[in-house]
Amino acid sequence: MKYFGLIWHNVWRKKIRTSLTILSVLVAFLLFALLNAVGQAMSTGGATTGAARLVVVDKVTIINFLPRSYQNKIAQVPGVAAVSHQSWFGGFYQDSRNQFPQFPVVPDEYLALYPEFVLPDEQLQAWKRNRTGAIIGRDLAELYELKIGDRIPIQSTIFTNKDGGRTWEFDIEGIFDTTDPKGGTAVLLFHYDYFAESNTFGDGFVGWYTLRLADGADPVEVANAIDEQFANSPNETRTSTEAAFAASFAKQFGNIALIVRMILGAVFFTLLLVAGNTMSQSVRERIAELAVLKTVGFRDGTVLGIVLTESILIMAIGGVLGLGLGWLAAQAIGSAMAMFVPGGIVISADIILLAIAVMIAAGLLSGVFPAVKAMRLSIVDALARG
Amino acid sequence: MSEALAELRGVSRVYQKGKERVDVLHELDLDIPGGDFLAIMGPSGSGKTTLLNLLGGLDRPTNGTVTVGGAELSSMSNNQLSNWRATHVGFVFQFYNLLPVLTAQKNVELPLLLTNFNARERAERAAIALDIVGLSDRARHLPRELSGGQEQRVAIARAIVSDPTLLLCDEPTGDLDRGTADEILGLLQILNREHGKTIVMVTHDAQAAEFATRTLHVDKGQLESRAAA
Ligand SMILES: Nc1ncnc2c1ncn2[C@@H]1O[C@H](COP(=O)(O)OP(=O)(O)O)[C@@H](O)[C@H]1O
Ligand SMILES: [Mg+2]
Repeated sequence: MKYFGLIWHNVWRKKIRTSLTILSVLVAFLLFALLNAVGQAMSTGGATTGAARLVVVDKVTIINFLPRSYQNKIAQVPGVAAVSHQSWFGGFYQDSRNQFPQFPVVPDEYLALYPEFVLPDEQLQAWKRNRTGAIIGRDLAELYELKIGDRIPIQSTIFTNKDGGRTWEFDIEGIFDTTDPKGGTAVLLFHYDYFAESNTFGDGFVGWYTLRLADGADPVEVANAIDEQFANSPNETRTSTEAAFAASFAKQFGNIALIVRMILGAVFFTLLLVAGNTMSQSVRERIAELAVLKTVGFRDGTVLGIVLTESILIMAIGGVLGLGLGWLAAQAIGSAMAMFVPGGIVISADIILLAIAVMIAAGLLSGVFPAVKAMRLSIVDALARG
Repeated sequence: MSEALAELRGVSRVYQKGKERVDVLHELDLDIPGGDFLAIMGPSGSGKTTLLNLLGGLDRPTNGTVTVGGAELSSMSNNQLSNWRATHVGFVFQFYNLLPVLTAQKNVELPLLLTNFNARERAERAAIALDIVGLSDRARHLPRELSGGQEQRVAIARAIVSDPTLLLCDEPTGDLDRGTADEILGLLQILNREHGKTIVMVTHDAQAAEFATRTLHVDKGQLESRAAA
């Protein structure tokens, strides 16, 4: 575009002012990228992203337990192909900062529900033979440099074992991978039987149930049938898809999405003021120059376009730098918090496309008033003043 | 009179200053033949700039018609006027009005951005224009690195780069010392005599007017000729 040189030089007419404006654009888009990426990581949550599975939790709060006796009743509901349970063990490894999910499960039942987890058969057999055995995901193995044969202590924040301590020791018998490219594997799985016998609460309860639908089953119908069955019992249930469950799980830590949106709203509101002010000043101080452009034959619409493009260019420069820095930061934060966000913090294509749309929109918004002012400028008045 | 490049017929320009009516130009007639070098003099506020703006299609008369090169400016839309200015007229101002962020070369190229010339052709034509005004060696300088006289030369190069027939100069030497002013006026004379430009120059300086072929005075909204030097 032949006007680019003109636009580029005008953008940099006041280098410090433009740099500061670009810096604030950069910070806004850095936050935009990071907060959205963290939000996405949280909402896809935990270890899995499966959609065809339903989760049955206590109606009041997912922190409450459900009776183990529910498993057979759920299994008999039409449309349920398979069901298993998990419980939140709430443990950490060596240091309270090293938190990751551990679940007591029934091996064959659980793995049948999660076919994306692949574990060599000899490792599965070894795990099943060892009552205190456990398997861990590849992400976890790499994070703490664990290998098969290691015996690791997990300190639970919830469950005391029969020895009166909260430290549970597990032998690592296998390491599993996932075929789901978005799913992480920072998880430890151990025997529910061992958990049920050894913890001081007893063995009649589980955290929640996960079930797989039969082919063609309507998830809403199945969910309603399950919840109706336990209505008016001491443990009423709420059944939802796994994705919805992950999101509600994240809500326990505060409504992250809302907070993210509020922060970004404030950041971008401020940004529009800063950038809009920069563009207004830039137009105000070159009224005579804009009049000259019109004098030599630039049309009103062309002048409008030039000023708007300047405004969008400032957003684009700051925005691209912000996204780049956000990407670097996401790598760093992602590896530091790998146990919370096993999939890593990823600036996804969605986020980048959205960011580009926001750059253009913010450029237009912050530039529109100065640009219209430039467009409407009367040559005669402007030259008389200049 | 039909030979005239520019014709003003019964041109009035009235400004409304609040409730006050300012009759700047009143039923003014003017013929400017092609190849003329016309100086327009008059006291400050007499309407010289207003007249020049009307001739250049920057402003519209309240009454009357302005015809330049057969085109009736008063009947054109804003966009048509923009296009017309880009090809038919060049402007030179008292304070040069160069874009401070662009080099001399790029300032001169500015009007060519509106043409279909490619970057190389634009650069060539701007180089020729800078050569005509004697500033080839300053092509890469920014306006703030030039003297007033040099800035005005760049402005003149910008005014002639798209090869218009008509040059309109509003006090082109008003900000320059005598010596530099005479150089600029000499340059305008060359453009008039050797390059066939029709020039209308507003000035309040009698010595400057001497470079023109004739001089008209604005008085009470009308033009009157006095004995020119
Ligand atoms: N845009 C305008 N609005 C109102 N009055 C104007 C405007 N432009 C010029 N005038 C008035 O018209 C008169 C002539 O102005 P101008 O043509 O600039 O004079 P000159 O160039 O001879 O000094 C002055 O009285 C000036 O105040
Ligand atoms: Mg004037």
